[in-house]
Amino acid sequence: MTEVPELTDGRIVARCRTGDPEAWALLVERFSRYVYAICIRGFRLPAEDAEDVFQDVFAKTYEQLGRLRDDSAIRPWIGQLTRRTCIDRLRSSRPEADADQAEIADPADALAEVEQALDVQQALQSLGGPCQEVLDRFFARDESYRTIGAALDLPAGTIASRISRCLDKLKLELEDSPPAARPVDG
Amino acid sequence: MTNYETTYGIAKLAHLLAVLRPAPAGWSEAATELPRLRGELQDLVARAERDAELRARLESDLESALAESGIRPTPRILAEARRRLGS
Repeated sequence: MTEVPELTDGRIVARCRTGDPEAWALLVERFSRYVYAICIRGFRLPAEDAEDVFQDVFAKTYEQLGRLRDDSAIRPWIGQLTRRTCIDRLRSSRPEADADQAEIADPADALAEVEQALDVQQALQSLGGPCQEVLDRFFARDESYRTIGAALDLPAGTIASRISRCLDKLKLELEDSPPAARPVDG
Repeated sequence: MTNYETTYGIAKLAHLLAVLRPAPAGWSEAATELPRLRGELQDLVARAERDAELRARLESDLESALAESGIRPTPRILAEARRRLGS
């Protein structure tokens, strides 16, 4: 999580359209966890299928950015694209005889949780600074107090209290800012 | 607006922070490299249209020809190159 927080989704998309490779890297960084979580937590795809979907989603995003009518709507657009690509993958991996009969299990609850998690991640990016780093390392990367302390040049004994303080700050940040646009159904 | 304080509290926030884990490093790198690779592939295919010898090399041993041109021949790139050469 090293991206520049002040760049809006819309601004990143606009820069991507001009062929700016840094903007594309930012876009991948901003949405890679989201796409990955939809594949793995939402649809529970095996890693090999998830990787194919992940690459397909970014390839289609790259090809189709020009069709996006509202640059700031990239989040729901990528969310919808990922869900559709996951469903296509699940359908195509089934035996033909089963394909028409079996419905894809509805992952609505897991997907709703991914959306909430993205709201939280975006609030965390708004916080920035040491809190972003500490909370991400501890919760999303499963790093120990010792590892975090060594990486950030902080005494390991202070990490727990920092995490607690940062969670309080994050809570305030979420209360003060509305969540981003939700994905459209589909 | 979702009220994370009253709805979820700190424990829920901590749980949600763990939901979005980093994608495997190679996956994000491949996605980041996509525009550059596509550009290089596009140039190579355009050259092959003008250069019969290059085209023959690409058709006879695509993997080696891509590697010689500095393009890492991953399965995805090979598939993309075949698609472009076939069109």
